[in-house]
Amino acid sequence: MSLKLTVNNQTMQVDAAPDTPLLWVLREHLDLKGAKFGCGVGSCGACTVIVDGRAIRSCITHVGDVAGSKITTLEGLSADGTHPVQKAWDEIDVPQCGYCQGGQMMSAAALLEHTPKPTDAQIDTAMNGNLCRCGTYARIREAIHRAAGQMTPALRD
Amino acid sequence: MALNRRHFLQLSALAGGGLALSLYDQPFARALAGGQPDGGRPALSPRAFIHIDRTGKVTIQAKNPEVGQGVRTMLPMLIAEELDVEWSQVHVEQASLDEDAYGAQFAGGSMSTPLNWEPLRRVGAAGRQLMITAAAHRWGVPPQECSTAAGRVLHAASQRSLDYGELADDAAALPVPDSASLQMKDPKNYKIIGKFTSGVDNPALLTGKPLFGIDVALPGMLHAVYQKCPVFAGKVKSANLDQIKAMPGVRHAFIVEGSVRGGPVVDSDPGLEPGIAIVADTWWQAQAARKALKVDWDTAAGSPTAAAQSSQGFDNNAAQLLKQPPIHTLRTYGDVDAAFKSASKVVEATYAYPFLAHGALEPQNTTARFDNGKLELWTTSQAPGGGRRLVARELGIAEGDITIHMTRTGGGFGRRLMNDYMVEAAWIAREAKAPVQVLWSREDDFLHDAYRPAGWHGMKAGLDAQGKVVAWRQHLVTFGQGERTAPSAGIGADEFPSGRVPNYFIGHSAMPLWLRTGPMRAPGANAIAFVGQSFLDEVAHAAGRDPLDLQLELLAATPVQSPDDQARRNRGGYVFRPERLAGVLQQVAEESGWRNRKNATGTGMGIAAYACHLGYCAEVVQVTVDAANGIRVNKVWAVADVGHQIINPSGARAQVEGAIVEGIGHTMLEATMTGGQMVQTNYPQYRLPRMRQTPEMHISWRITPNPPTGLGEPALPPVIPALCNAIFAATGKRVRTLPLAKSGFSWT
Repeated sequence: MSLKLTVNNQTMQVDAAPDTPLLWVLREHLDLKGAKFGCGVGSCGACTVIVDGRAIRSCITHVGDVAGSKITTLEGLSADGTHPVQKAWDEIDVPQCGYCQGGQMMSAAALLEHTPKPTDAQIDTAMNGNLCRCGTYARIREAIHRAAGQMTPALRD
Repeated sequence: MALNRRHFLQLSALAGGGLALSLYDQPFARALAGGQPDGGRPALSPRAFIHIDRTGKVTIQAKNPEVGQGVRTMLPMLIAEELDVEWSQVHVEQASLDEDAYGAQFAGGSMSTPLNWEPLRRVGAAGRQLMITAAAHRWGVPPQECSTAAGRVLHAASQRSLDYGELADDAAALPVPDSASLQMKDPKNYKIIGKFTSGVDNPALLTGKPLFGIDVALPGMLHAVYQKCPVFAGKVKSANLDQIKAMPGVRHAFIVEGSVRGGPVVDSDPGLEPGIAIVADTWWQAQAARKALKVDWDTAAGSPTAAAQSSQGFDNNAAQLLKQPPIHTLRTYGDVDAAFKSASKVVEATYAYPFLAHGALEPQNTTARFDNGKLELWTTSQAPGGGRRLVARELGIAEGDITIHMTRTGGGFGRRLMNDYMVEAAWIAREAKAPVQVLWSREDDFLHDAYRPAGWHGMKAGLDAQGKVVAWRQHLVTFGQGERTAPSAGIGADEFPSGRVPNYFIGHSAMPLWLRTGPMRAPGANAIAFVGQSFLDEVAHAAGRDPLDLQLELLAATPVQSPDDQARRNRGGYVFRPERLAGVLQQVAEESGWRNRKNATGTGMGIAAYACHLGYCAEVVQVTVDAANGIRVNKVWAVADVGHQIINPSGARAQVEGAIVEGIGHTMLEATMTGGQMVQTNYPQYRLPRMRQTPEMHISWRITPNPPTGLGEPALPPVIPALCNAIFAATGKRVRTLPLAKSGFSWT
């Protein structure tokens, strides 16, 4: 069936069963490859996107449940890498294989929207749903601190 | 590895102007000698390492698969440094598979650095020399008066300069420089090597551009899932394929007979496992259809006893085998039994570790397209050359008809040295008569890995009255048959402290296994270091000595040379250098304050060191264990000796950080089997480290006058025993079986 979605501030029409996971609508219908498939059960966080200001696992979110919501993917942070989270990730050279990093950045961006200057403990809690098999966690934490306080809230409303 | 007569350079003009500089390896040289009509100046540009066009744009090919180890950045840095261009000028492109042109193209064994350090810098230096020669001709000055900087040739005396782009056409017409005459930079003049350099893919990666195997999209491409039997190599008896074919989006559903090479020792990459392919318009449709799949499996098709296997059964068998003498002796000298009898103290212990799954985050995938009998593959393999051979064999097509593109890969860890997913994609695309991307689910990945093999070790050491080790015996119980061990399941005759104690025995006993095993980051070492370095700590405590002192004493001992040692020396191959391991041990002891450590109740420090994959690494772990046996790793100090030059400090440090986190993970994890099936099917049952388990890390290098070697692996093994030894220091409880949960510990 046809569904109306708002992704990265653009309104889009997709033809998909409402119980299709949002992840696969983004990847296979809208050709947005930033969100990755890792586990399919909401355990690794590679598929994280922001829906109405909250980081969610798009692999276990039915697309029918987010029609009418404001969806932001990695591509929506900025197309040119100028979002403070993207900049911090590059400066600290966070990625190893990089496969999880889109999800990590979306969780980080959502955290910083609500908690502009998080502590280590707040970061650890907010990022606990994001697995990095390469073990880049120390740099992720450092990058979040670097990006902290530099964001203008934009992912809610 | 010197650039030698196995290699030669070749130069050609680029269409549209500019030059392409290639480095060829011996096999290609042989092919030329075999007779190409004009003496062979093949179309070079796709294979060349360096392209410089008339605008001065410099393109450097990254030759090896990028699996997160940073080689897509690091290897081009070597060329750019000696070419003497600004890093910001360089555009990096991923090479396709062409090992005749590029030399070995694989990601494994921490070999990218040692195999490429010398040849790639020479490629860059040859490019620079061509530019100087071209400019000197243009100006009519001696080449010795010219210098280079930032992609320009300079003539100081006349204050003239030319951009490489302006010289590219002239340079393309010159003879190739003799590689013996190349001038390499003095390291103190390095502008790129040794500088923190962010990944070349970061801009695309951080904005969500398609880079990975899973992101490949071809016109008309279909998506497939491939359902295999949960018991290795089981076959399909029947399935409800008609129902599956009627499901939304499904184009094809069919049984693949497969062919798995059997035998008493299962190969890590044994062929094409039997299964059912479901091909649909989208992957989600294929996956949704799979949920309705009902299959009657013949679980005994591969092996009659397959379904009777279990972790408990392996434990029981191992316990029996440990009571008997080893079936196969690897090395013995002196008189171990007599030395144990006369020893003033004997320490005896049994160690064990489980199967591990790789769990790389990007599920296995490959995209395949057949066109007029030619096959094109886009793959995440770490060893695409091996993949091409496997595909050629299983599909009965010529290797020359297979083109392989290497995508960025979402983690390797050794799993993608096996190429089963490549064969599946090629087979299914041929059957479906359309381009197909095969993508595994996470469950497929956990159930069909080539696992890090479990192992059991009977350890025994004898001490004299002064606390010196006089005898050492190690009996590995592993998988295999007779002398043959399953992939990555063996141990070397020279395992430490082989040759460094007066009486020594090492041997193994093997039991059958119907399951794939294979390399996992620091294969062999990741398990064996836990055993050897934990037991050494145990022996030191029994002797009333500091484990650091005992290990340094063993490293300083005059070695009893083994025949293997001698053969390796004669070949000019790798020989263990005890002073390098002692060096990193001493440095990490200083940096961590080891000598002044105070193990307060519940907090302790442990030390361990290991040499593998040409690198030497020592680590100290500080751990706190609470009253409920909850563990927190507070800090890890690591010192690595990988030679005289750290090429990219960012990437090098990242490899150590990752190895520490992964090693900590090894102490938490196990993959178990019941009824011939692996039990853990997804991350919730296989709890890899998260951010909160990440310790503070103090990482430093010990710079020694040795050729640079790799860092993918050497920093992983020591953290495991260092952590277990720290737990002993904190609690007095010796961890002899992994995961830690078996000793009652958990993570805070």
